[in-house]
Amino acid sequence: MERIPILRMGDFLLVTIQVDMHDELAITLQDDLSERISKTSARGVLIDISALDMVDSFIGRMIGTISGLSKIMDAETVLVGMQPAVAITLVELGLTLPGVITALNVERGMNLLRERVQSE
Amino acid sequence: MSALSQQTIDATRKNEGHLLASWQANLDASGASRDSRIKQAEFEAQTREFLRLLLASANGGDTANITGSEWADVRGFLDGLSRSRALQGFDSQTTASFIFSLKRPLFELLQTQYANDASELAAQLWAVTELLDTLGMYTVRAFQKSREEVIARQQEELLELSTPVVKLWDGVLALPMIGTLDSQRTQVVMESLLQRIVETGSEIAIIDITGVPTVDTLVAQHLLKTVTAIRLMGADAIISGVRPQIAQTIVHLGLDLQGIVTKANLADALALALKRSGLTVTKAS
Repeated sequence: MERIPILRMGDFLLVTIQVDMHDELAITLQDDLSERISKTSARGVLIDISALDMVDSFIGRMIGTISGLSKIMDAETVLVGMQPAVAITLVELGLTLPGVITALNVERGMNLLRERVQSE
Repeated sequence: MSALSQQTIDATRKNEGHLLASWQANLDASGASRDSRIKQAEFEAQTREFLRLLLASANGGDTANITGSEWADVRGFLDGLSRSRALQGFDSQTTASFIFSLKRPLFELLQTQYANDASELAAQLWAVTELLDTLGMYTVRAFQKSREEVIARQQEELLELSTPVVKLWDGVLALPMIGTLDSQRTQVVMESLLQRIVETGSEIAIIDITGVPTVDTLVAQHLLKTVTAIRLMGADAIISGVRPQIAQTIVHLGLDLQGIVTKANLADALALALKRSGLTVTKAS
């Protein structure tokens, strides 16, 4: 079965979505990620969606849910690399993802994660 | 179905020179040909060309219906004529009177031609009237269509022109908005701004609304959408250029701009952007 890889980098987990998201894949990712956070007790999660160029309301909501659940499991979550078209679609759908931290690219996202984890 | 008789066509052809002269005189009287925007020689060439095409097509063509293939040349000529008139800035009346002023010379010609045959005269007059009216209407329609094309193109250009994204500093973009913000404008603005944020990797975008004449609930909603989209991309937005009247309107309407950083002018917004980037401006000693 198709899976989105979750890479470990020190205290952080790295999720890069390189394929077109479909509903089943999103649910699998949600399960896998929560599993991995609890197993590795990661302090931060970085989700890179720069390759994602199409979203629907379900995927949009899943992105919000995934960030929310990692936060509850005490891991800071940063969403990076959202494409303009995706941002416009989400706004038009009314999915403004309140509370989700965003960054322009992976490098800045990593810096942001480090800062936030250190300041705790 | 009515058509011009062979006798009418032959007579017109024979008296072409006279007809053209009196048509020209008619046009001169109405002032249509004495315009600096169009040359006299060009005008004469157009009248000659039109009469030639008309006679060629009128041979057996139905005068009530000019959509047939035998009128294709006349239609093509009128399309071109209307377009050039529209581009030169003539109004629809001047354009249509080009056709209508041919009526009188033609009527006079028919009158002498059919002096002894009242019923044939009436039939031919009707055919000519019908034909010229239809052609006149066609001209006006073609004129209007080319005018609308011009307007649509200008609108598009205006849309592109009025949304420049400028780089103020390394990592700071500014978007001076000028004109009313409607849904279409917002869409274009949002797209170009977000695209530039990705291209330049800028972390701060300043939207300057000094040039926006009024802010109502709809405009505020559009601004909110743009700011949210910028935040989703991982950049920060600052809105600057909030004039006193606009601030009053926003408060009176009870609009919720919470979570949006607003500044009175672009300078303040730039100062904030520099501060956030960890930069300071000092006087050179």
